[in-house]
Amino acid sequence: MMKAIIIDDEPLARSIIKEYLQPYTAIELVEECNDGFEGLKAIQQHQPDLIFLDIQMPKINGFEMLELVDNPPLVIFTTAFEEYAIKAFDAHAADYLLKPFSKERFDKAMQKMMLHKANMAQAVTTTALETSAPANRIVVKDNGKIRIIPLPQVQYVEAADDYVKIVTADGHYLKKKTMQFFEDSLPQQEFIRIHRSYIVNAQLITRITPYEKDSHLALLTNGAQLPVSKTGYIKLKTILGI
Amino acid sequence: MPEQIIKKEDKKRIAIIFIVWWLVWGSIHTGVLQFFNITYSHALTDAAVSCSMLAAACLFIINNMRYYLPKKEKYLYVIVISFALTAIWLALDRGILRSIYKRDEAYLQFLNQSLVIRYMIAFLMMACNTLLSLTWYTQKEQAEESERRADTERLAREAELNKLRQQLQPHFLFNSLNSISALTGQQPEKARHMIQQLSDFLRGTLRNEGQQWATLQSEIDHLQLYLDIEKVRFGYRLQSVIRCDENAWQLQLPAMLLQPLVENAIKFGLYDTIGEVEILIAAKRVEEMLEVTVQNPYDESTAMQIKGTGFGLASIRRRLFLLFGRQDLLQINKAAEKFMVTLHVPQRTTGNNKQ
Repeated sequence: MMKAIIIDDEPLARSIIKEYLQPYTAIELVEECNDGFEGLKAIQQHQPDLIFLDIQMPKINGFEMLELVDNPPLVIFTTAFEEYAIKAFDAHAADYLLKPFSKERFDKAMQKMMLHKANMAQAVTTTALETSAPANRIVVKDNGKIRIIPLPQVQYVEAADDYVKIVTADGHYLKKKTMQFFEDSLPQQEFIRIHRSYIVNAQLITRITPYEKDSHLALLTNGAQLPVSKTGYIKLKTILGI
Repeated sequence: MPEQIIKKEDKKRIAIIFIVWWLVWGSIHTGVLQFFNITYSHALTDAAVSCSMLAAACLFIINNMRYYLPKKEKYLYVIVISFALTAIWLALDRGILRSIYKRDEAYLQFLNQSLVIRYMIAFLMMACNTLLSLTWYTQKEQAEESERRADTERLAREAELNKLRQQLQPHFLFNSLNSISALTGQQPEKARHMIQQLSDFLRGTLRNEGQQWATLQSEIDHLQLYLDIEKVRFGYRLQSVIRCDENAWQLQLPAMLLQPLVENAIKFGLYDTIGEVEILIAAKRVEEMLEVTVQNPYDESTAMQIKGTGFGLASIRRRLFLLFGRQDLLQINKAAEKFMVTLHVPQRTTGNNKQ
C-alpha cells in the first residue's frame, strides 16, 4: 500500500486528483493540504510515498516546501505554469501535470511514477534537490517553524558538515543542503563564493586585507572576518571591479 | 530626396504673388527706362523681354528646389546659382534686345551702358528669390518631418497602450478550466454555470480590448464576473466587497484598468497570507476625479520579496502616464495588515473622453 498526499490551494483542483485516484486501490490518500505549511506537517506525520504538489501556493511555493523535506518522496507536480517544468525535473519530479489534465494524462503520470519508484530503489543515494532559477529568498526550518529569509538579510553562508549555516543579523539557521546548491541558486552578482566554505553577500564587504600567503580576509559591516581563497579573491576582484 | 508635395492652395497663392510681383516689377522697369528718355514702346518691350526671362529663371530655380534642396553650404549655393543664372540671363537679354532694335543706335548705346546696373539688380532679385524659396522649402520639409515624427510617436504610444490593456493572465484561464474539469464529474450544473461565467468574462474582455474608455458601471460588472470565477476556484478563502457611491457609477475610466489591479490584489492577498482574504473595492467622486481604492490583506514581514517583482502595478502606472501625462495618479499605502492601492482618474468635462 502506498500513501499519498495532495497539496494544492484550490479545493476543486484537489478534488479532481482525488477523483482520478479512486481506481488506484493500492494508493491510500492520507491527507489533503491547503498550503506548504500543512503539507510539510503532513509529510512529517505520514511519511508518504507520493505527493501531488501545486507550485503557486500561499507564502511558500511548492519548490520551497520540497527543499525543507529531508528525504523527499516521489513528486508529481500539478500546475498551470508551463515555465516551471524544467525546474520541476531538476527537483526529481516523477512527472509534471499541466492543468487542466485528462484522466489519460494522469494515468500516464502514475505509470511514470511507478517506474521512477523502481529506479529509485536501485539508486544508492537520493540526489539532492537542485534548483536552477536564482531565488529571491531562502526558506528554512527554525525550531519546527518555517522561516522565510529575504536575500538582502542574508550576510553569508557557511559550510557546516552535512548542513549549511545561513547567517543573518537575527541569528543563523541550518539547512540540509550543499554549498554547491547555494552557489548555483543564489544570484551570482550579489553572493560570491569566496572560499570552499563561504559564500558572502558582496554588499556587506567593507574591506579586503591580505592575510598569510596567497589568501585574504574579507571584513563585513557586522565585524565578521571571512577567509578568502586565491580563486575566491580573483572572483571578488572581477565581480566588484577592483 | 523624395519630391516634395505642395498643397494646391499653396501653389495657387504662390502663383498669384509671383505674377503680381513681376507685373509690378515690369511697370517699375518701364517707368525707370522712360525716366532715361526711352520711348514708351521701347521701354515696354525692354521690360517685357527682361522681366519675363528673369521670371522664367526664377521659376526654374523654384522648381528645381522641389527636387534638390541643398543641406550644406546653403548660402554658397544661393550665390553661385544666382551669379551663374544672372549671367546667362543678361547675355540672352542683350542678344534678344539687340536683334529687335538693330538700327536704333541711341537705344543700343543705352543698353550697353546699363548692363552693369541691370546685372546687379537682376542678381539681387535672383538671390532674394533663391533665398526665399530655399527657406520656404526647408521649413516645409521640417514641418513634414516633425509631423512624421509625431505620427510615429502616436503609433508607438497606441501600440504600447494596446499591449498594456491586454493583461489577461493565461494561468487564470487554465486554472479556471481545471476547476470546470473537476466540476464536470461532480457537479455538472455548477460546471455549466462556471462555463457561462467564463464565457461572459472573456467576451467582455474581447469587447473591452477595442475601446479606450468605459464607465465605472461596466467595469465593475466585468470585475464581478472575474471575482465570481475566482471564488469558485478558491472557495471560502476569497471574499469581496464592492462599495461605490451613487454619483460615481457613470464616471469614465480607461477600459481594463481595474481588472489587473484587482487581479494583483487577489494574487497578493491569496499568496502572501494564509486564511481568508477579503478584497475591498471602493469608488467615489472627488471633485473632477474618479477615485477607486482596491484593498487586500498582506503580511509586512514577507512582502519585502514581492517589491518590484512585476506585480502588475508598474504597467498600470505606465498606462496612466501615457494617457494623462501624470505620475501621481496611482498611490500605494501599506498599513500593518492592509495593502491599499488608490487610483485617481481625471474626468474631462467637455465630454470628449472617447478618444
